[in-house]
Amino acid sequence: MAKVPIQFTLNGSEKAEFVEGGTTLLHALRDKTGDTSPKGGCHQGTCGACSVIIDGELRLSCLTLAETCSGTDIQTTSGLAEAGVLHPLQRAFLDAFATQCGFCTPGMIMAAKVLLDHTPNPSREDVVEALSGNICRCTGYEPIIQAVLTAARANSQNAA
Amino acid sequence: MELRKNYFADQRKDGLHEIGQPRPRLDSPGHVTGKTAYFADRNFPGMLHLKMVRSPHHHARIRSIDTSEAEKHPGVVKILTAKDVPHNVYTILILIQIGPEDETVLADGKVRWKGEAVVAVLAETERAAQEAAAKVKVDYEVLPAVFDMEEALKPGAPLVNEYHGQNYYLYDSGECRKVRFGDVEAGFAEADHILEQSYQSSPIEHAPTETTGCVVMPEGNDRFTCYTNTQAMFFTLDNASIILQMPGSKLHFVGGTVGGGFGGKVDVIVEPIAILGAKLTGRPVSFIYSREEEMQISSPRAAEKVVIKDGVMKDGRIVARKVTGYTDAGAYSRHSPYGAQKGAAHYPGPYTIPNVWIDTYCVYTNRTPSSAMRGFGVTIGDFALEVQMDKLARLIGMDPLEFRFINAYRDGDMKAHRQPTEGAALIECMQEASRAANWPVAEKYMAMSSYKKGA
Repeated sequence: MAKVPIQFTLNGSEKAEFVEGGTTLLHALRDKTGDTSPKGGCHQGTCGACSVIIDGELRLSCLTLAETCSGTDIQTTSGLAEAGVLHPLQRAFLDAFATQCGFCTPGMIMAAKVLLDHTPNPSREDVVEALSGNICRCTGYEPIIQAVLTAARANSQNAA
Repeated sequence: MELRKNYFADQRKDGLHEIGQPRPRLDSPGHVTGKTAYFADRNFPGMLHLKMVRSPHHHARIRSIDTSEAEKHPGVVKILTAKDVPHNVYTILILIQIGPEDETVLADGKVRWKGEAVVAVLAETERAAQEAAAKVKVDYEVLPAVFDMEEALKPGAPLVNEYHGQNYYLYDSGECRKVRFGDVEAGFAEADHILEQSYQSSPIEHAPTETTGCVVMPEGNDRFTCYTNTQAMFFTLDNASIILQMPGSKLHFVGGTVGGGFGGKVDVIVEPIAILGAKLTGRPVSFIYSREEEMQISSPRAAEKVVIKDGVMKDGRIVARKVTGYTDAGAYSRHSPYGAQKGAAHYPGPYTIPNVWIDTYCVYTNRTPSSAMRGFGVTIGDFALEVQMDKLARLIGMDPLEFRFINAYRDGDMKAHRQPTEGAALIECMQEASRAANWPVAEKYMAMSSYKKGA
């Protein structure tokens, strides 16, 4: 099958890969770049575990063709901590017991990051809406919602 | 977190260092950084992908299997049928002497549920495996199927599983697990009211975010490393050892990281066939359920039917309880004989009843095999029992919470399966629930204790 060359930035690093036509970004990230933080839960765009940020927007990598991502800037949860220091969202998820099995966590954090990037002081309803595309089967969501609200407060205190 | 000090104060030390303190989970840092390694995060060069050809019928004889077209499909490396599996007929609980072996790794001559694995296809890519699987031709003779437990128990019903010989699990106690305590008929004769009700549940899927699967690597030392999300590492290792007729020392299982299980990952389904594929090809093998397979193929919680007949006095005492429970195992045992047995011990509920009669059946039907899920054998029973308790309270015009205080088991009470009650806390839980829910009960109930005076 014909291979397609793609180049993109992943968490600040330049990447160049050859993928087969029709390869999803999820498979390209996991199998080609070795970044396994996006998870494959349903491969049909319903669970949100594969969520990544492409050019600042939240995207489902299982429904995104890798060949459409050339020239984009892609962020995943594995690139969020800087120099070993956790991002406020990661810290808040830890402190609020917002992870159990952890499989949905990287996607949740991506969805939460896009929310906070656009809406630094979200309401509870904003958080619920922003996470509505991400399924968690363990926590019952409440600790996750609290973690996102806590991270937003921490961000705004740092900014002040 | 709030710990109430007024209950069982004499049994508990204060000033504990760990209990009552929030402690960080050790696995959370990996989860929030995306570093936690789930089985599917292992990717090896040359890895093959396994896809199953599955039965489209609920019950059918297999006349023939033709894999010739599939073998020619580009990228196909190996196709496995029943004859390739060293010990093809197994049952998970054989490890604790709960037999007979009743399930095939790959169907041999017959399929007993829609979705049963018939042929395994190993190919260079997931897509090639999927496309080749669609080219396998299986000639079926469709047989009458049975989906209802009571129908399955009737004479003349289609026989689901020949390894059992009848459509129920044969316990050492006979066709069902039995609990006999006191004289249930005398209890009914004495009762002011009798209420018989029937409760039914559907199968429930766990729907973990991470689907069931494993990745197997053949090692240079003739061993196989199996990265798996099983919830039952040693059950899986030992059953794989039996199925593959391979000493356990050849098998290295790596796991413990499970992306949600809830009981849905305790069966031994993906690992043996993936290890066999790795053995016969000498290459790493990945076998991961699609979301559709997770929903349709993985074991759900069993459908259950619970028939409860209670005799109750006007003063609130339950004097007799007769329960007939049915657990729908589907086509194979897996963990269901154990679930039905748990139900037998559980059905009196946390109540002291002097006359109890319980029969629980583990029934075979042509439905998806059921297995473990969070409190299987007791959860549906609890639903039925507590709805029944509310109905009984209404029948005699009593507050439902006070009715439960009257019947609550207390330390020293003999349970129907003849285990004396120890460490009961139902009364105290209900007292706290009464306060928390602002559902007041008479002062005499708030003064009760799980300890009996003089005990």
